[in-house]
Amino acid sequence: MGAECKCNCNQEGKLDALFAQYKGNPNGLIVVMAGIQEIHGYLPKDTLVQAAEALGVPLSDVYGVATFYAAFSLRPRGRHSVNLCLGTACYVKGAPEVQVMLEKEMGIKAGNTTEDRRFSLDLVRCLGACGIAPVMTVNGEVFPRMTAEKVSEVLAKYE
Amino acid sequence: MATVTLTIDNVKLEVEQGSTILDAAKKIGINIPTLCYMKEINVIGACRICVVEVQGARALQAACVTPVTEGMVVKTNSAVVRASRKMTLELIQSNHPQECNTCLRNNNCELQALSEAMGLKEVRFVRPAQSHKKDDIDNSSPSIVRDPRKCILCRRCVAVCEKVQGIKCISTINRGFETIVAPPFNQGLNDVNCAMCGQCTLVCPTGAITEVDDTGKVWRALDDSTKHVVVQTAPAVRVAIAEEFGMEPGTVSTGKLVAALRRLGFDSVMDTDFTADLTIIEEGNEFIKRVTEGGVLPMITSCSPGWIKYIEMYYPDLLAHLSTCKSPQQMFGALAKSFYAEKKGIDPATIYSVSIMPCTAKKFEAGRDELKDSGYQDVDVVLTTRELGRMLREIGVDWESLAEEEYDAPMGLSTGAAVIFGATGGVMEAAVRTVYEVLTKEAMPNINLTPVRGMEGIKEATLKVGDLDVKVAVAHTLGNARKLLDKIRAGEADYHFIEIMCCPGGCIGGGGQPIPTNLEVRLKRIAGIYKADEELPIRKSHENPAIKAVYEEFLVEPLGEKSHKLLHTHYVPRGVYRKPEGLPDRIPSEDHH
Amino acid sequence: MNFTELELLRATAKETIKLRLGEEPSDNYKYHVLVCGGTGCISIGCKNTLESLQESITKNNLQDQVKVVVTGCMGTCEMGPVITVFPEGYYYCRVQPEDADDIVSTHLMGGKIVERLCYHAADGSVQPRKNDMTFFKKQKRNALRNCGLINQTSIEEYIAMDGYKALAKALKQMTPQQVVDEVKKSGLRGRGGAGFPTGVKWQFVLDQQSDQKYIVCNGDEGDPGAFMDRSVLEDDPYSVIEAMTVGGYAVGASKGFAYIRLEYPRAIDHFNKALERSREIGLLGNNILGTDFCFDIEIRVGAGAFVCGEETALLASIEGRRGEPRPRPPFPAVSGLFNKPTIINNVESWASICPIIVNGAEWYASMGTEKSKGTKVFTLAGKITNTGLVEIPLGLTLREMVEDIGGGVPDGKAFKAAQTGGPSGGCIPAAYLDTPIDYENLAALGSIVGSGGMIIVDEGTCMVDLAKFYLGFTQDESCGKCTPCRIGTKRMLEILERITKGLGKEEDLDLLVELANSVKASALCGLGQTAPNPILSTLRYFRDEFEAHIKDKTCPAGVCKMPRKGLKS
Repeated sequence: MGAECKCNCNQEGKLDALFAQYKGNPNGLIVVMAGIQEIHGYLPKDTLVQAAEALGVPLSDVYGVATFYAAFSLRPRGRHSVNLCLGTACYVKGAPEVQVMLEKEMGIKAGNTTEDRRFSLDLVRCLGACGIAPVMTVNGEVFPRMTAEKVSEVLAKYE
Repeated sequence: MATVTLTIDNVKLEVEQGSTILDAAKKIGINIPTLCYMKEINVIGACRICVVEVQGARALQAACVTPVTEGMVVKTNSAVVRASRKMTLELIQSNHPQECNTCLRNNNCELQALSEAMGLKEVRFVRPAQSHKKDDIDNSSPSIVRDPRKCILCRRCVAVCEKVQGIKCISTINRGFETIVAPPFNQGLNDVNCAMCGQCTLVCPTGAITEVDDTGKVWRALDDSTKHVVVQTAPAVRVAIAEEFGMEPGTVSTGKLVAALRRLGFDSVMDTDFTADLTIIEEGNEFIKRVTEGGVLPMITSCSPGWIKYIEMYYPDLLAHLSTCKSPQQMFGALAKSFYAEKKGIDPATIYSVSIMPCTAKKFEAGRDELKDSGYQDVDVVLTTRELGRMLREIGVDWESLAEEEYDAPMGLSTGAAVIFGATGGVMEAAVRTVYEVLTKEAMPNINLTPVRGMEGIKEATLKVGDLDVKVAVAHTLGNARKLLDKIRAGEADYHFIEIMCCPGGCIGGGGQPIPTNLEVRLKRIAGIYKADEELPIRKSHENPAIKAVYEEFLVEPLGEKSHKLLHTHYVPRGVYRKPEGLPDRIPSEDHH
Repeated sequence: MNFTELELLRATAKETIKLRLGEEPSDNYKYHVLVCGGTGCISIGCKNTLESLQESITKNNLQDQVKVVVTGCMGTCEMGPVITVFPEGYYYCRVQPEDADDIVSTHLMGGKIVERLCYHAADGSVQPRKNDMTFFKKQKRNALRNCGLINQTSIEEYIAMDGYKALAKALKQMTPQQVVDEVKKSGLRGRGGAGFPTGVKWQFVLDQQSDQKYIVCNGDEGDPGAFMDRSVLEDDPYSVIEAMTVGGYAVGASKGFAYIRLEYPRAIDHFNKALERSREIGLLGNNILGTDFCFDIEIRVGAGAFVCGEETALLASIEGRRGEPRPRPPFPAVSGLFNKPTIINNVESWASICPIIVNGAEWYASMGTEKSKGTKVFTLAGKITNTGLVEIPLGLTLREMVEDIGGGVPDGKAFKAAQTGGPSGGCIPAAYLDTPIDYENLAALGSIVGSGGMIIVDEGTCMVDLAKFYLGFTQDESCGKCTPCRIGTKRMLEILERITKGLGKEEDLDLLVELANSVKASALCGLGQTAPNPILSTLRYFRDEFEAHIKDKTCPAGVCKMPRKGLKS
């Protein structure tokens, strides 16, 4: 597992296929961008230029879409994606304290990636798991009833 | 036409079905205020200034987008409506720099006017966060400055760039309070696929997108006694400059313009119209040559720098269709520092060449690397009509009492054919007047080529020139240009000659013209252009004695060696987002120098 | 597959689940042990519980008598992992792996219940069966009818539970107009928040002449505190697929899109599997059930924008654009996806359709109140004993919801308010606990039913802080297109931030109300128009808390950090 290349260069064929599928079809933009992000882990600029050319969408619109949706990232992300739910149930049950601890442990503000690219920390709006609030996920794995005390223990599991 | 009956502010009225509340209210003498609305171009209901109360609706409705329905009851003046509009305005102002006095758009700003009209007296929010910083100002482009702090996100610029010009080099970026209008990746306008046409500067209601202000450079040159400062005036400026002084659009003010420029202290005031006539001679001969010797057809005009940048970006494969003629501005520039310098016995190094243009893209054109054929930068600085207005107001020019004056020789005399370069169809009409007579050696029966005049997007005509049926097409706006270019690419265009102007209505509707420039104003300026043409004693370029003189004294012959060096150019395939592969660096590839 | 084959499949499939329905099974199974595989239970470790159970069953050689089924959410997320043992429906809560042996030996072999794992009500009484539990007793499950009862992605189990009866009935016996009439008569109102009559919407689309129409499922459930749509999509995806197909038949559409938010990967996975399965056996695709009717569905995954729950924004997003709402008219029913007539309903609305077609409009309309018919799913969360997923006939009182179903506020604290409708809604204080829950009553109290999120707060919650939370949410999720929402939510949030920091001034409240009312009146879409509701509603009932923050510089609930006394701003 190399930390340096997450771009799965051998998946270029997959990208070309995606561009081919939506050639000249602006409606495919979000699908194509989701595909790019899946392959590269983020949206590299030159790939977005390719998408603009293939789909016939102005690059300004491609960028406009990329910056509209929270799921799209224009920068490489961390190896582990930590999402803290800040839905109402989580909020009233103490998610803000968990956030403070996460930011302290990682040394970054939410919405950013640690310098060693170990973690990306994002705040999300309701994971729909209000019954077990406050909730946090790491790479999709759900951690229920989080507390500030549990933070370092959970993070330690991810290298 | 089916109609609908509704009640607005207790007045019952009947309007066409499909009308909006905004349209309907006009009929009872109410102009509902708008900010983001631009008929047919930006109908998005986003700014919420035009909200009205519609009986039965849950919330206020935007008058600009809401169609009338039978029996609809509308209030445009209720307390709720007034309070809401005012609050919306207060919100906009809370995120807008309060620096009206020093803004380029001071006293010509829709936001300012609206705030005044609505009696907005204060912004009550305490230390409101601003979505932009001063650092966000984009000064990268030679033509256009973006100051996102002043942007109210009406998106009119985006709409005009997308729907009129078919480019959309700017778009809405980010979300929510952080939303901005910007080029992709927050690059500067200079670094993206901007044609520099400046239509965005015309539609911006505030000072968020403006022309680059180069008046300081011109003042410095005028103040410098070692400089010989010459100025040229584009055809479309003379029918618009008076608007800067509150006069009616389309007022022909050639003589006053000359006088005003002298008041500023220019050493020589000459006319782009002169080189427009020259363009006709060169371009007409080039056309005849292409037709008779089998060159690339259709040939396309090359006067409009926004158009040139557009084809270089989007259709680099079609660059050989462009006439190799420089634009009249650049012909003038090249001659000013050669022919004029020689004739006047002035060191061309001391000549500072200024042009007054209706156009922001001309600023870009003047800075192009290849346009230095006089051995110097051919045109040193370009001012738009608006910037000139500013300089003239600064020295207190009283437009009404200004006496008319004549242009200086040797590049001041021009014809009606040159004036009409300012309107869509004009270059074509001017060229036809000359080509016809050169080819047939007969006088043209009717020199008014009305089929190519007017605001229709694409105009076509077929003319009998001797034995030849010459098929011509005229397009204005890049959106319409694209349609013709696609036809050429597809091999479906059997035209001989195409005129393309970048801006709606041609140069009279250029991005550097006085604000407002809308359809009504454009039509008046076009009328002014044709009036000026009618009033001129000579109306055909080849009959201009000054043109004959320049060939005799200096250029020798059309398409000759000197012409090639000074009056013709080549083009640069740019690509949209990156340089295209497989094309040479310059087109036409033969070096004209 | 044709009608006969469908009924044959149903007959076979039904045999395998009879035991769960209290009928005599024809197979050898004595017990069905249902393990909740909802997101709540998964995260709390139901997988380990499941493995232990299976191990124990195998160890005791019971695999031929005991069938273990993983189902979707049973509804009591707080008590997870939960399992239900049929035929009786005994309900075990917080079942740890080490409890497996006990359940197997005591219950499955010994025939006696494991009382310590049963639900213990607040009064200490034991409520061992689902039917005994106050949590379930007052519920009536339509949209959630299969959740927690069947294997989430098994089309056979879905068909066994009367699945595809509605489609078969519609295709065989009903004209499109009759289908629309049935939905109209049922009184079903859009369950996503706006509460617009579903049948009326369908009629608009049916009345349009167009070469192409579309069916869209809005699965962009974004209200914080609402997760019913996730449960339906994860736990009973076929109920949505079948209903969309019925909708396609009713209005003459051959193509559907299900827009599911990215944050719900399991919902996307299950829905995808269900689509594939439906195509495999011919319940999606060409000539469905041997008729001329063709219909298929495509998934579109959201990309993280709350505003895409607004219908026109959602359509823009499917079209690959920024999810910005546009003014209506034209409504999507006239010009929707790709400018074609489009039905767009949310997940819960879709899930409510098939029972209406099967049982008839009168049956559905017999539930609920006069203007609010049928049942509605709520998600109970916050400071409440039984958090979870609840479906009630409209008209149940808030008190029944909080005290009977929810088991009251835990830790001996006092109920302060129920916040309904998420960031678009408002709060209902204790004085109105006896209000019957329906669209009209909640609106009259300044709140909304909305998508059905219900957050209970106790005396430890600061209402100013809560309003600030919601404003922070809408401000962050504002698309930025219209002025009132883009700047107005920011300014409202700024005022609330000042107040919660003890920096508020008395005139702030007037400005806040003026601004809130203006945004409410003038914003472009529902998100903006409802964004001020949490402020207006908390001000209506808890103005004293705002004033305490401003005048006394104190936070009565002790949540906001106030400047020390003597440090007045």
